[in-house]
Amino acid sequence: MKSGPILSLENVVSVYGGGRSWLGRAQPEVRAVDGVTFDVQEGEALALVGESGCGKTTLAKTVLGLLRERSGNIRLDGKLVSGLTPQQARLARMTIQYVHQDPGAALDPWWTIGHTLDETLRIHAVSDRAERARRIEEMLSAVGLDSSFLRRYPHELSGGQQRRIGLARILILHPRIVILDEPTSGLDLSVQATVLGLFDELRHQFGLTYIFVSHDLSVVRRMCDRVAIMYLGRVVELGPTEPIFRAPVHSYTRALLSASPSLTPGQLDGMPSLRDDPPSPSAVPSGCGFRTRCALADRVCSAHRPALEAVVDDAANGHMAACHHWQDGLFSSADGSLAMHGVGAQ
Amino acid sequence: MLIIRKFLRDVPAMMGFAIICTVIGIAVFGSMLVPHPHLVFESDLLRRFEPPSAEFWFGTDNLGRDIFSRVLVGTQGALTVALTVVAVAIAIGVPLGIYAGYTTGWLSELVMRVTDMFLAVPQIILALAIAQLAGRGLGSAMTALALTYWPFFCRTVYAETRRLRHSVFIEALEGLGASRTRILFAHVLPNVASPIIVRATVGMGFTILTTALLGFLGVGATAPSPDWGLAIAESREYLPDMWWAATFPGLAILFTVLGFNLFGDGLRDLIDPKLRRSRS
Repeated sequence: MKSGPILSLENVVSVYGGGRSWLGRAQPEVRAVDGVTFDVQEGEALALVGESGCGKTTLAKTVLGLLRERSGNIRLDGKLVSGLTPQQARLARMTIQYVHQDPGAALDPWWTIGHTLDETLRIHAVSDRAERARRIEEMLSAVGLDSSFLRRYPHELSGGQQRRIGLARILILHPRIVILDEPTSGLDLSVQATVLGLFDELRHQFGLTYIFVSHDLSVVRRMCDRVAIMYLGRVVELGPTEPIFRAPVHSYTRALLSASPSLTPGQLDGMPSLRDDPPSPSAVPSGCGFRTRCALADRVCSAHRPALEAVVDDAANGHMAACHHWQDGLFSSADGSLAMHGVGAQ
Repeated sequence: MLIIRKFLRDVPAMMGFAIICTVIGIAVFGSMLVPHPHLVFESDLLRRFEPPSAEFWFGTDNLGRDIFSRVLVGTQGALTVALTVVAVAIAIGVPLGIYAGYTTGWLSELVMRVTDMFLAVPQIILALAIAQLAGRGLGSAMTALALTYWPFFCRTVYAETRRLRHSVFIEALEGLGASRTRILFAHVLPNVASPIIVRATVGMGFTILTTALLGFLGVGATAPSPDWGLAIAESREYLPDMWWAATFPGLAILFTVLGFNLFGDGLRDLIDPKLRRSRS
């Protein structure tokens, strides 16, 4: 019964700055999201992974409709929902909801939890008081809290409880797609495990589609069906989680994976680590954005921007990468030799 | 509870609170406490300029009226004026400040530039000009003060709203589809309330002072009102021999303003830890 994708992005571009303020100088444009194309299937969990500042959160906010896309199409259930003003866009995309990175700060410090949850329903015109109370009660128990939390203030909750409230607050609106922004940051490991378990449970209970914005690769590997690796506003590698973790193709993905600690010694040997910081998003290199930090880079890379294309060996399950030299990288990793001396490999 | 206990330990603030309570008590019950009700407005020329005595605690003025009684009766007027002026200034300044702080664009820009223009001229000079234009009387003095005091609230609220506009919880509400009215009045307003309250308290004292000044300069209350500023103005010619006629209304102004300022400072320390300073 697999129909079309629930959400599809087509060449979405999102720009910060630009324009000029009154009497001010023209501000440089920052293309935080620069031509992103991917589909999200109903019921799956897609991870957006990348360094800080690579445009993950901007992309999430663009999808949500809080930021207006400069160009490109966003389709929700096949219906075009881009090109609208922010208010209209948000209305059209109400089935997409967002859980903030810091869900405690997302609550008004003056309001109790109960009041906040109640307000959420009131915004969505649930006028019957008993109905609201019932839905709040139901949702609290779904996220594993009891009604004593209704009287508490945000600062009286622990990190894990804040996350649960953050989830309850949007799930109460029956969304279909939930964007989770760094859902485990700032939680200790045991709480992290419980919260992740809860995400999984709720996903099945409510038939949700998740978009995970994260840089915690172990969490991504555990939770997500597919991964999109982002670098400087572009998706550089996209595919099912296992193949990407097992045999990354893009040198950036390889570097990213090698930077994450692993419990299996030797598993990631020979993978390059990254030197330097990424270039400023307001001065993206020509051609391939990663070429300044990539050992495989040559003249082609600076002249042409690589398109996201299927990785031949792995095309069947939708593994794609944007690199002119992915075959070289794949070859060298299969070979076990160090192809990337220049990238600060140990 | 913790906040109240902390406040109880703040001696200057408690002194201010006590003074305000006394002043309010006098304003409400003053007319009953007056020792010489008939000498509040009626003159008794035989008793001109009697120095303070057991009968007339603060002495009598140039028309033989009892200064103590007049100071008591004047309290109500002073408080009413201050309350009205501050309330009107809040009613104008706060909505404008919230609007200008939350939105961007030419209207927000215009509001803030007008505010800047008001703030660039000393309030008292502007108030004098407006009061002169509007004609003599307490009403025009009040109008002038309210019209020149709102920019202070507008500025404060504007800055706070700007800070809140990009806070995560406002963004979260936008994400949930909350209307602008809801965000502004149910969320931004309570969060900017503390600085408003502090400014309003200090503003009460400030306005009493300014009203007295306008009365002294002859654009405020008119005779035979028991206005404190007017009383000082009337006794000016007889100084320094008849010192009591100016001293006691002056002290009344001093204590009231001091009370509001001490209380306001205490509130500020309670509400905003960033402004906390050690007081030894």
